[in-house]
Formats: sequence, C-alpha cells, structure tokens
Amino acid sequence: MKRAFPWHIAVFLAPAFLIYTAFSALPLLDTLRLGFFTTHDSGHQTFVGLANYIKLLTDPDWSAGFWNAMNNNIKFFLIVMFVQNPIALLLAALLSMHGVRGAKGYQTLIFLPTLLSVVIIGFIWQLILSPLWGVSEKLMGFVGLADYFQPWLGDESSALITLSLISVWQFVGVPMMLIYASLIAIPDEIIEAARIEGASSWHIFWTIRLPLILPTLGLVTILTFVGNFNAFDLIYAVKGAIAGPNYSTDLLGTFFYRTFFGYQSQIGSPTMGAAVATTMFLIILSGVGVYFYFIQRKLQRFAF
Amino acid sequence: MKHKVTRAAGTGFTHLVLGGYTLLALFPILLVIINSVKSKDGIFDSPLSLPTAETWSLVGFEKVLAKSPFIHFFGNSLTVTLVSLVLILVLGAMAAWALSEYKFRGSKLLAIYMAFGIMVPIRLGTVSILELVVKLELTNTLTALILVYVAQGLPLAIMILGEFIQQVPKELKEAARCDGVGEFKIFFQIILPLIRPAVATVAVFTMVPIWNDLWFPLILAPGEETQTVTLGVQQFIGQYVTDWNAVLASLSLAVLPVLVMYVFASRQLIRGITAGAVK
Amino acid sequence: MQGNRFIRTALCAALLAAGAAQAGNLTIESWRTDDKALWEDVLIPAFNKKYPDVKVKFAPTAPTEYDSSLQTRLTGGTAGDLITCRPFDKSLDLFKKGYLESLNGKPGMQNFPESAKVAWQTDDGKSSFCMPMGAVMHGFLYNKKIFTELGVQPPKTIDEFHKVLEAAKKAGKVPLALGTADQWEANQIVFTSIGAPYWKGEEGRKALIAGKAKFTDPQFVAAWDEMSKWGPYLAKGYSAQTYADTQNLFASGKAAVVAVGSWDISYYNQNAKFEYGAFPPPVPKAGDKCYISDHPDIGMGVNPKSKNKDDAYKFLTWLGSQEFADLYTNKVTGFYSLSNHLISVKDPVAKQMLDWRKSCASTIRLNAQIMNRGEPNMENELWNVNSQVLNGKMTPKDAATRIQTGFAKWYKPQQK
Repeated sequence: MKRAFPWHIAVFLAPAFLIYTAFSALPLLDTLRLGFFTTHDSGHQTFVGLANYIKLLTDPDWSAGFWNAMNNNIKFFLIVMFVQNPIALLLAALLSMHGVRGAKGYQTLIFLPTLLSVVIIGFIWQLILSPLWGVSEKLMGFVGLADYFQPWLGDESSALITLSLISVWQFVGVPMMLIYASLIAIPDEIIEAARIEGASSWHIFWTIRLPLILPTLGLVTILTFVGNFNAFDLIYAVKGAIAGPNYSTDLLGTFFYRTFFGYQSQIGSPTMGAAVATTMFLIILSGVGVYFYFIQRKLQRFAF
Repeated sequence: MKHKVTRAAGTGFTHLVLGGYTLLALFPILLVIINSVKSKDGIFDSPLSLPTAETWSLVGFEKVLAKSPFIHFFGNSLTVTLVSLVLILVLGAMAAWALSEYKFRGSKLLAIYMAFGIMVPIRLGTVSILELVVKLELTNTLTALILVYVAQGLPLAIMILGEFIQQVPKELKEAARCDGVGEFKIFFQIILPLIRPAVATVAVFTMVPIWNDLWFPLILAPGEETQTVTLGVQQFIGQYVTDWNAVLASLSLAVLPVLVMYVFASRQLIRGITAGAVK
Repeated sequence: MQGNRFIRTALCAALLAAGAAQAGNLTIESWRTDDKALWEDVLIPAFNKKYPDVKVKFAPTAPTEYDSSLQTRLTGGTAGDLITCRPFDKSLDLFKKGYLESLNGKPGMQNFPESAKVAWQTDDGKSSFCMPMGAVMHGFLYNKKIFTELGVQPPKTIDEFHKVLEAAKKAGKVPLALGTADQWEANQIVFTSIGAPYWKGEEGRKALIAGKAKFTDPQFVAAWDEMSKWGPYLAKGYSAQTYADTQNLFASGKAAVVAVGSWDISYYNQNAKFEYGAFPPPVPKAGDKCYISDHPDIGMGVNPKSKNKDDAYKFLTWLGSQEFADLYTNKVTGFYSLSNHLISVKDPVAKQMLDWRKSCASTIRLNAQIMNRGEPNMENELWNVNSQVLNGKMTPKDAATRIQTGFAKWYKPQQK
C-alpha cells in the first residue's frame, strides 16, 4: 500500500503543473535562452554567450539607459512603499477600531480604484492634471494655492513622483485590506487583557497589534517590491514607451518594452530584450531572496 | 467625562481621515462620470459643476455606443475573468494541498519551481507564449487568454493557499484518515471549506490584474470578437482622443459596470477577506 | 521533447477549442485608427463594387502599439493579410526578416514614381516591398480671425514669424499651440520641418549621410536655436500638453498658430468653428528659398504568410488605381496620394499645402533614412532632445552634441 504510486498526488498537481509549465515556465525559460543569442538582420539568431549582458552593463548607450531605469524604479518603489503602506496602515488601523460607524462603506469605497484598469486611471489623472482643462488649478484655487499649480506630469523633476502617487492612489486598497484582515484576526482576549490593565488604544496599537501583524507588513512589502519592479502599464498609458520627459519616468518595464519590441523607428531585439528581462528577473529574485532569508525568518518569531 | 471628550475627538478624527481619503478615492471617478453627461462647452468651461439643463448632453454616450460593441466587450472580460478565477482557485488549492500535505521526493523543488512565477512577469515570455498559442490554434480565442491568466495567477495562489493549508490542524485530517475517508474527499469536503477566507484573498489579488490587463488581449486576442473592455476602451480612446465627450463617456462606460458589480459583490468580497478572522 | 508534445496534446484535448481559419477574407493591419470609419464607409465599399466577393476588414491598432503588436503577430504568424507600412527602415527590417513579400513587377506598382517608391525599397533599389499610399506635409495653420484682429499676415521669414507670435501674445492669445508631453511632435512636425530651410532640405540631409556635414554644424544648430526661443509663446504648462490637447486648444479658437502635419486638416475641418489657412516653415532671411518636409508616410505590403494572397494582390492592384488615389487624397484629407495619376485636391487648405511644392523644395524627415538604424536610436534621441530644447531644459549646442555623438558612434562615414 505504501509503495503504490500515489495517484492522488499526481491528480492534485497535474493540472496546475501542466498549465503553469506550458504557459509560463517554458516561455520564460525560452526568454532566458534567447538572452544568450543575438538577432541578425535576416532574423536568424546565433549564440553569443554573455555578450548581451556585457553590452547592457558596460556599453554606455545601454548601461546609461539601464541604470537610469533602475534608479527610477528604485525611487518609484521607495515612494510607493513609504507613502502607500503607511497610509494603508493608518486606514486599516482606523477601520479596525471598535464601533467605527460606516467602516464597511469606507472600506468598499477606498478599495474601488483598485478595480479599475490602469489605462483608465492613467487617462483620468492625465485629464485631471491637464493644464488646459484646469481642474487641478481650479481646485487648488479654492484653497488659494492656484499659483502653485505646475504641469507636474510634464516636468522632469516631478513626473516620476506624480506617477508614483497616482499608483499609490490606485492601489492603497490592497495593503489596506491585507492589514485590516490581519488586525481583526488578533484575538479579542489579548486586546481586552491589555485594556483591563489600563493600556490606552494608542499603546495597545504600538505594543501589541503592530508586532502581531509584522508578517503581514512583510508580505505587503514584498508584494509592493515585486509589483513595482514589474510596473509598466501606468507609465505606458500616461507617458508612452519613451517615458519622457528625458526618460525621467523610464522604469525597467518600459526599458524592456522598448528593447524587446522596439519603438517607432527603433527596431526591437528579442534577444537583447531577453537579456534585459533576465536581468530584471535576477533583480527581483535577489530582492525576494533577501526577504525570505533575513526578514521573514525574523518575523516568524513574532508570528502567533 | 474627560474620557468621553477624547473619545468623541477620536471618532471625529477617524471619520475625518477615512472620509477624506474616501473622497480622494472617489473624486476622479465622479469627475469623469459627471462630465461625461455634459456638452463640450460644459466640460471645458465648468468642469467642476454638476450638469445643468443647459450643459446636459449624452452625445458622448451616443457616439460610443454607436461605434463600438461595449456590451459585448464587457461580456468577454467577464467570461475571461470568472473562468480564470475559478480555475486558479480550484487548481491552485489542489496543488497547494498536494505540495504542503504530501512529502514526496522533489516536493520541495516543485514548490520552488511553482513559486518562481510570482517573481517573473509572464509578459517576459510573450513571444514564446504567442507561438504556443498559434500552434494550438487558439489565437483570437478567450481560451488563450484564460490559459495565460491561469498560468500567471497560479503561483501566488499556491503560495497563499499553501500557507493557510498548513495552518489547518493536523488532528482534523488524521481523524478523517482514520475513519477511512479518501484523499479527494478530505480535500474537497474538509480542507476546501476551511480555507475559504484565503480563497477570497487570492480571488481579489488575481482578479484585478486579469480584468485590467491590456497586454495579452492586445497580443493574443485583438480581434473585435474577443476584445476585452480594457483593450476596447484603450483603442477607442486612441481613436477619439480629441473628442472629450466620447472619451469621458467611454471611460464612464468602462467604469460603471465595475461599479455596479462591485456594489453587489463587495460585501461578499470584503467578508471573504476577513471571514477567517471574524469569529 | 516528448514531454512538450504531451503537454500540447493534453491541452488540445482538454480545451477542444479551435481558431477558425478565414479564407476568402482580407484583414488590413494599420495604425490609422483615425481612418477606421473612412475605410469602412468609403474605401472598402468602393473596392467591393469591383470585387464584391472579397470581404475586407480594416483592423487598426493604436499608433503607439502598432509596431510592437504587429511584430509579435508577424512572429506568431497571426498578422493580417495586408500590412500598412511605416516608411524606410522599419519596414525594411520587416522585409529583411521575411515578413513582407517582394512587390517587384506586381500590377499597380508601375503607377508610382521612383521618388515615392524609395521609401519602401532595399538600399540598392532592387526590391520594393510596399506600395506607396500617401505622403504628409508639415507646416503651420493659423486662425484667420485672430490674424485679422491682430492685423498681421502669414509670416514668410523667421523675423515676421516672431513678430506675429509677439503680437498674439500681447493680445492675450496663445501664440503657438504646441506641447511636449507626447514628444513626437517636437521632432516630426517641428524640428524636421522648420529646420529644413536652414539645412537646405535634401542637400543637408544627404551631406549628413555622406559624412560631409555634422549635426554640430551651424545649419543644424540654428534649427535648435530657433526652437529654444519658442517657450514663451507656448501655452501655460505646455510640457504636460499632449497632442490631443494641442488639437483641442487650436480648435477652441484660443491659439493663433499651430504646428501641424497635413493630416490635422481633417480634424480641424470637423472641429474648428473658424476659418483657417496654412503657411510653410518660415525662411531665415527674406529672399531665401523655402523648404518643406514632404514625407512619404504610409504604404501597403503583403504578408507572406497570408492564406489569401490572390485577393491581397487584387486589393493592392486597386490600391494602385486612379480611383483609390482620388478617394484617398480627397476623403482622407491631408494624405496625398503618391501615384502618378493626376488628382485634383478639393479641400482648400489641403490644396494650399500641396501647392507649396510649386514654390518650395521638398525633403523627407531628416533622420528617416539610414540614420535611424543604429544604437542609440536617433528617432528616440531626437524626440527626447527636441522636447527638452522646447522645454528650455537643454541648450541648442548640447542638443547638437548629443545627437552627433550618438550618430558618430555607429555610423562609419561620421567617424572620420
């Protein structure tokens, strides 16, 4: 009995394994393979070893673009991380308090933008921030700030920040929900016990609730990291694949897109693009690795 | 007495923050919807005011509905999203169960293999995916999209569901096994109901990117028959980008069905996410 | 590969779905989403009068996605039967990779002059791969009402141009409708258009290709120099102004002048409620010869993997006919047929622009041929650099140095 082929395991695993392998793993492996090849004018490909990677990291034309995209991506991630997640934590904490009237309603509405397409969000915000339509300027005028209005999306120094804030606006609902769920999962007895001992809500939050939800905050961090280093749609929808002004909104995703598919008269190179894709993969992998080996392990100790 | 005052101030603060943020979340959407029912002059001259008898106009909607089969696009999106979602949840839960419950040679390796998909955007494999879809003669079918989205959604589903399955008390399973209950029955009748809250979390996480994806519809199924709402709107805006009536109307049409669905489903959705916690 | 086949078979069996092969139908790939209605209501019905049994479907993709999605569909073998061709190197690349049929000696091709065919030929001129469809021209449109109010005439020289802009500014109008958010206008309808009189059109363009001139030479820097002076005349917040914003701005009657491509005429015909006229890029000094950017922009080729090549060639033959040339020029206002047929242009503004050919020398967009082939890609570089010059973020000299350095990096004749 024990040695019989475990059919049930195969049945449980096979469908997921097959679809995942055929439509995700093999295509991605093929991309990794392509990274070691180069495309000739006639379209056929030959093996070149690490040449694409060396070019990407040492040829100034490529490396400048790559590091620019990399830096922008780090900025994008940091802004989202340190604006979105604290807001999410604040909202979740307020929502999880006892007896907040309309909490469900707030939750529902704040989560709403998450459901809308990035294409639509990008377009809506472009309209709102448009200097010609003047909605933002008028709104700022109500509080006497009209003079401070700038074409934020068009300015090299503010375009990336503006886009990351749009991203925050859209996706804050996701971490909010995750944190909220873990906050209300904390057993009432723990909180009650502290309250009986006379601890204030504020104190309870910092010393009891926050430590208990650290694993969730870790999960939120890593999801933000992976999500942001894959980001593409918003930049593409608002600024196009050339990510202006002066590539100040170029992220790894748009950089990959231009390399892989080309843009206008730039001819796309599937092989060079594959090298960029592989590099992105390694960056994400190392980020996730760091998370799992150092942070998650520590967090586990606090888990309940 | 003092306690009551701080309490009231605290509640006030809570509602101020929550209400303020809710307003911020809704404003852009409301702005678009309000302006979509105004005439061109109304849109430009007073974007912030509600439509008046003078500025009321549905010309944008007339144009959009006459020029593109929106309802049809919506049906496509709905089909793709729901079918993908069900497959991801069922297949993902099955795999997560197998990986966390049975220890067999290579199970760790297999788990890592499945987890890789979380980190790599599937978009990076587009060309090979398209070749495969062509070989299977699935171009311009919703099936192609569903397969890709399932492959894309599985890794995260397996990870999250796996964590939950591990928390299911051992005694439950062992008791069932002692009673001679089959493995399939254990999974479908004991485990699946227990991990329902996690299922809801996964559903939210996988549904949103599928509904909103622009990329794969563009590459795998750009035909008019199979266009999704996101692609349809994107193409429509590209075509009528200077016609603000039409643009705002098409944005509204893309948003409204989601709003309506959300109104009906949000309670389930949010309850689902938090169900495990509310005792 | 056993496992691979197993997977595929399994998937096939499991899904039982099949894409229907569509013989007898033609699908046209295009980036001209704007023309969808025209194709469906005018051009295809006209074709069907001659060939009633061929079903044609016009399936445009938004311009920004066209190249990448077409590339993917060609690679995957799912692209349409007829492919709308970008001019010069982009289509040449497709041809070299075997994604376009050679059109040598195909019926209809004899109706086009060499000067038109050159945009879709191999460098040695031996193979043509797309049939020329239309050219576009670039220049300025002006609001006649505002010009009358200001008491100014369409400017001929740069000095006059600045005087007009200054007058408009004083009168509280937006002098020039132009934005840099989308970036491409800064190159395709500004730099390569207003620069032509400075570098003397084809003369300057060919000198660059031959390695006899550099972008850092005064005739090229002068064009950037001129652009760097435009900032004060553009609308507030112009760095976030998209092309669509620009169109709305001029159509609203608030701007005196707008930098355009001829395709814009059909938009303003529908949306501007005032009379407007056109003037070509002003010349540096009175009496200088004028030059215009007159660019073959759109062609049509055949997908070698088409299942229905016979009908595709039938369509192409019709595309080379007088009937199509006439319909295309007069219905798709602002695109000028490139064929030898004598066509009378009915739209007054479109005709006005076309008549520039009589007094001005034509040139194509400066970097369209050969110069876009290397890395860094010059088209992308020019979009960026030109927008920055307009934004006042880059000096004309730096712009010239950056473009020249990038060019010399890969182009042999420039490395001396």
